[in-house]
Amino acid sequence: MIQFSKMNRTSWTSVHALVTLLWILVALYLALIYAPTDVSQGNVYRIMYIHVPSGWTAFVAYLLVFLGSVGYLIRRSQTADDLACAAGEIGFIFCSCVLITGPLWAKPIWGIWWTWDPRLTLTFVLWLLFAGYLLVRGFFINPGRAALLSAVVGIVGFVDVPIDYMAIRWWRTQHPQPVIFGGPNSGLPFSMLLTLLVSFGAFLCLFFFLLRRRLSLLRMRRDLSHLRRELAED
Amino acid sequence: MRSLEIVWTLLVKDLRIEWRQRETLASVCIFGLLVVFLCDFAFEPAGAEALRLLPGVLWIAFVFAGILGFNRSFAAERENACLEGIRLAPVEPGLIYLAKLAANFVFLAVAEVVITFAAALWYNFSFFPAFKDFVTIVFFGTLGYVAVGVTFGAVAANTRMREVMLPVLQFPVAVPIFIGAIEATSGALKGAPPNLYWSWVRLLIAFAVIFAVLSFMLFEFVLEE
Repeated sequence: MIQFSKMNRTSWTSVHALVTLLWILVALYLALIYAPTDVSQGNVYRIMYIHVPSGWTAFVAYLLVFLGSVGYLIRRSQTADDLACAAGEIGFIFCSCVLITGPLWAKPIWGIWWTWDPRLTLTFVLWLLFAGYLLVRGFFINPGRAALLSAVVGIVGFVDVPIDYMAIRWWRTQHPQPVIFGGPNSGLPFSMLLTLLVSFGAFLCLFFFLLRRRLSLLRMRRDLSHLRRELAED
Repeated sequence: MRSLEIVWTLLVKDLRIEWRQRETLASVCIFGLLVVFLCDFAFEPAGAEALRLLPGVLWIAFVFAGILGFNRSFAAERENACLEGIRLAPVEPGLIYLAKLAANFVFLAVAEVVITFAAALWYNFSFFPAFKDFVTIVFFGTLGYVAVGVTFGAVAANTRMREVMLPVLQFPVAVPIFIGAIEATSGALKGAPPNLYWSWVRLLIAFAVIFAVLSFMLFEFVLEE
């Protein structure tokens, strides 16, 4: 039997990787085979099982950027800054995934690639906020202040999201919108809901796996630069 | 009271520097005018079209002109290590923020007067029928925009390519200002009853208050060495 208490970080990572892989396979089975074909959209709607969980995961990532930023300002822990950085990078990938799968789904169903409806606009603004956060992280002149200043950017960006949401919703209600079908989100049958939730679980599992890998990479890089510095001093 | 004095002293310092150099104001005004001028070529507005396009053109000009000012505001402080000097003063960092907010607000407001005047002239449009509402909208929109801009200007001053970095940070966050200000301005200029666009003004006020308070609290970290 494996002694769990004695497992080191590497073997936990392997377990996490294995769980993620299996979970993705289960989610794929549910999404492609188990879930019924949609009456009005046919098989096209199955992209929902990637599109929607990516969006939710991006929101989780953004929340972590905020928590990491606040944590850094209060506790000055390097881990909090690492968390904000890693969550920002991976969240950006998931947010991009939403913006790529969205138009792919919209074209056959709505007949257009893009419309400035509230959710699309907000997702795009979220993507821009992520992008700005990551860009600025890479461009600080003095790396010693990078954590502090990116935390400020992360917090301001996060506080902005609900205000963006309100502004965009009011804006859209005053403008004519293209006709949009009810969509599969209006009253999801149980099998579809189950598939969606399992997919979301798989995405979250993948997200946290990538997050762990990124965090350990950041830690190793820092250890390495410490060692280098010590060597140089000797 | 002492806080007010401190803010006033810092504000007067920025205004005096500007009065002696006139670098920021001149470039901000000219840049704003150029934006309106180029929009003339882009849209060739006339008559009713002008009324439809004017709010957007004005705010694009305000927003771009503002960015120029924020960039300048902290870049200037970095020369000769002026920021270190201010930081050494026994002053709460939030007050430095408020002084910068006031100074940038004054610069942008002056530029907005010039831009609006030019737009009225070139578009053959009179702002007088809705003057009071127009001023209120521009006041709060500018306040919110500057509230974020000063903070990000201070952050971007620490980056390479800060001229690019500032708009990359500022524009996405300022989306509510942009939407709200254009909708409200357009309502006011069209002569719509104020209750139709007043919710936008409230949004602008809320934005300004939230980000001024948040920046006031966060500025300590922005200035920390």
